[in-house]
Amino acid sequence: MKISYKYFLGVLALASAVACKKDNYSAPSSMLTGHLLYNSDTIQVERNQVPFQIYQYGFGKVGPIGSTFAQDGSFSEVLFNGTYKIIIPNGQGPFMWKQTAAGNPDTVNVQLKGNQNVDLQVTPYYMVRNANITVSGGTASATCKLEKIITDANAKDVERVSLYVNKDQFASGGDNIAKMDLPAASITDMNNISLSVAVPAMTPAQNYVYARIGVKIAGLEDMIFSPLVKISF
Amino acid sequence: MEKKKNIRMKKLLSITTITALVLGLAGCKKDSAFLDVNPTTFLTTDQVFSDPNLVLTVLADLYNRQEDISSLDGNSNDPGWRSFADFSESFPSENGSSYLVQRTGWGYGQWSIDWGTAYTYVREVNLFLERDSASTQLADADKKRFYAEGRFLRAMYYFELAKRYGGVPLITHSLTLTKDVSSIQYPRAKESDIYDFVISEAEAIKGDLPADPATKSRASRAAAVAMECRAALYAGSIAKYGATTAAVSLPGGEVGIDASKANDYYTKSLNAAKEIIAGTDGAYGLYNNGGDPSDNYANLFLDKASIETIYFEDFKTGGKTHGFTTNDQPYSFSDEGGDAGRLDPSLNLVNQYEKLDNTFAPLATVDGSNKPIYYTNEDDIFAGRDARLAGTVLLPNRQFKGKTVDIWAGYVLADGSIFTSDEAGHTKALPGTTVPVQVVGIDGPVNGLELRTQSGFYIRKYLDPTTGSGRRGQGSTVAFIRYRFAEILLNAAEASFELGHPDDAATYMNLVRARAGLTTPLVAGDITFDRVVHERRIELAFEGHILFDMKRWRLAHKRWDGAPTTMADVRSNLGVATQHSTQPWGLWPYKVYNPADPATNGKWIFKETLPALATGYNKFLFGNYYSQISDNAIAANPKLVRQPNQ
Repeated sequence: MKISYKYFLGVLALASAVACKKDNYSAPSSMLTGHLLYNSDTIQVERNQVPFQIYQYGFGKVGPIGSTFAQDGSFSEVLFNGTYKIIIPNGQGPFMWKQTAAGNPDTVNVQLKGNQNVDLQVTPYYMVRNANITVSGGTASATCKLEKIITDANAKDVERVSLYVNKDQFASGGDNIAKMDLPAASITDMNNISLSVAVPAMTPAQNYVYARIGVKIAGLEDMIFSPLVKISF
Repeated sequence: MEKKKNIRMKKLLSITTITALVLGLAGCKKDSAFLDVNPTTFLTTDQVFSDPNLVLTVLADLYNRQEDISSLDGNSNDPGWRSFADFSESFPSENGSSYLVQRTGWGYGQWSIDWGTAYTYVREVNLFLERDSASTQLADADKKRFYAEGRFLRAMYYFELAKRYGGVPLITHSLTLTKDVSSIQYPRAKESDIYDFVISEAEAIKGDLPADPATKSRASRAAAVAMECRAALYAGSIAKYGATTAAVSLPGGEVGIDASKANDYYTKSLNAAKEIIAGTDGAYGLYNNGGDPSDNYANLFLDKASIETIYFEDFKTGGKTHGFTTNDQPYSFSDEGGDAGRLDPSLNLVNQYEKLDNTFAPLATVDGSNKPIYYTNEDDIFAGRDARLAGTVLLPNRQFKGKTVDIWAGYVLADGSIFTSDEAGHTKALPGTTVPVQVVGIDGPVNGLELRTQSGFYIRKYLDPTTGSGRRGQGSTVAFIRYRFAEILLNAAEASFELGHPDDAATYMNLVRARAGLTTPLVAGDITFDRVVHERRIELAFEGHILFDMKRWRLAHKRWDGAPTTMADVRSNLGVATQHSTQPWGLWPYKVYNPADPATNGKWIFKETLPALATGYNKFLFGNYYSQISDNAIAANPKLVRQPNQ
């Protein structure tokens, strides 16, 4: 049988012509970023533990785009331009999020058009103030003051204050090489809290550690932290 | 001419007649007589519901599709053994399953049942019930029993849903889709409504089910009452302990039960338990055939005629078998080459087994001055413990199928250094010698070496000693027990304790403990909440209870708190309900090689070891208490409210 290559050529030309045409959406490119803020102070949390949900209406299904805040309270999402609503689910985070009269989380509306920064204002139960962490003689020592922000009927007690030391920049209940827990019963003065823990030997040896102080609030699972510090010794 | 016409007329007449006759004949038959042909490839609903044997086949399918969080055969996502391997009660010795000990928590969707699968099942049971009650051909007795079994399966299924989701839409008849979709969108019922439904269904059907201890794989009267007993206990504890975690509740009651209902539920649970204990539902009792209490305890899971078993999932050669023994048998005498050793109980669990005087103590590895303790025989360290330890866990130097397991991690030399190999059963020459000897057990433990134990223990519960049970092709027919008499006693003990009768609780608990060789009875003063929690953990280990028990007591976020587990954690707070346990530790035996010192040479020491692969930790969030209802399900039915903290 004689093969007529001109037909193949025709098909090829047709296929390439079709394939040339873009038949898909371009990838999302607008960056939505922001921080958890109390007034102008960022709220420090544990990584991957405090979630937020972004909703976009008008596409049939109503499921959220879910993600979590980073350790320093920041978030970022790459999205299409459009109208979005952001919430933090009830019971999440070491803070109070605005609620509607029906008790549902209130929404933050965002008109996204190009890159945008949206800071989320929340009211924490406590703030760790004046945190000072030093390492000397193989011991990490920390002092801080706890400021009680919410003092009305919604106020909650402190369950414990903890000092976390780690060899990398994640320091929390799960990620640490050394920690000290100070239960609430042992705290006599909220304005003057001191903690200390021995820094164990690290393999491979390094001459710095990261540390921060966390506060566990009774009845909440997420802790609030002081800003992370890198301490060389 | 005339004649011709006549003939033609006749011809015409005969043609007409014949045509008419043919037509008439054909027309006499009704259309349906030849258009309706009985199908040869399937049976119609009417045909099925006219023969009890056919109805039983429909019911068998529904039985086969019951939900269990842990089961011996499991499914393709979770093969039998893996459904028991989490929560730091065991270590998964299979490289593909290391994620179990490397993750740092569970997703909100964990432990959920696919929403579509769940309500397909509910619909099929509802259709079964409707067709059974519409049937005119079945004998009354059959019809009644089938109906009760269908209701039992539906109640069991709703119980499983409630354990995972709390309140779910309670659909008790088959739904028909109309143009108005919202007519079949049901909101979630209250959590208490589902438990009330399970309890009232059990009460309603128990009279129609046989009170026969020989009926174990089908619903019996005792199975219905046992379900009621457990459901009421769960509801009671959610009501009582749910008050401690106010964040885990919804204002509509879809999650959480009012604390004032606790006593009512505990009373119902206790009454149900008393009914079974009194023998009203059939002659059940504790399995006790004498002999070694450990063997007796292990045999209770192997003996299908056991008087203790109330309801089980049965397996049969030639029908349905499972690979639990294939997956978990000791490596050194596996029936199937490389298939073995996946489910390794952890030291966290093993340390919990009491001494015979009812006190707690960690397995003694070091003395007061932190020096290792030397044992003459490898299993001496386990002497004088609750017999259920050796009945649940296959310990080093103990036997299975008549052979001794070879578990030891290497030699420890005079200077305290370890001489071992990264290959199980490897032979090397010891320092100062030239003859190669085996330096590590064939059954492990070697860090990261899968299919041998990595915790120092194998599982014994459910392990089938039948010849060939460890072969992939043959499989094991050991049954998975869903309800057994010992659990009923522990339910009764817990309900009595919560209702303020610790003396009764001690009586019930002592029955279970005496069977396990703990002959010193507990007295009323010994019964605490910790005791209740502890006894269930030990007696019902690896039976699919731990997650739901920890959830209903609202202990899960305390035990699995996301902080790494240290050696001190494994040794301390034994028998305490809130003891934290987030990483599965092991206990590795070492043989002493020190020819210069005959007092210790050849003896055994033990080291608590965290397997190297266990890099994650269990972190149970408030949002894990109730599994997520998928966004797709909520998008399809906006009346479903989301779970709390998610």
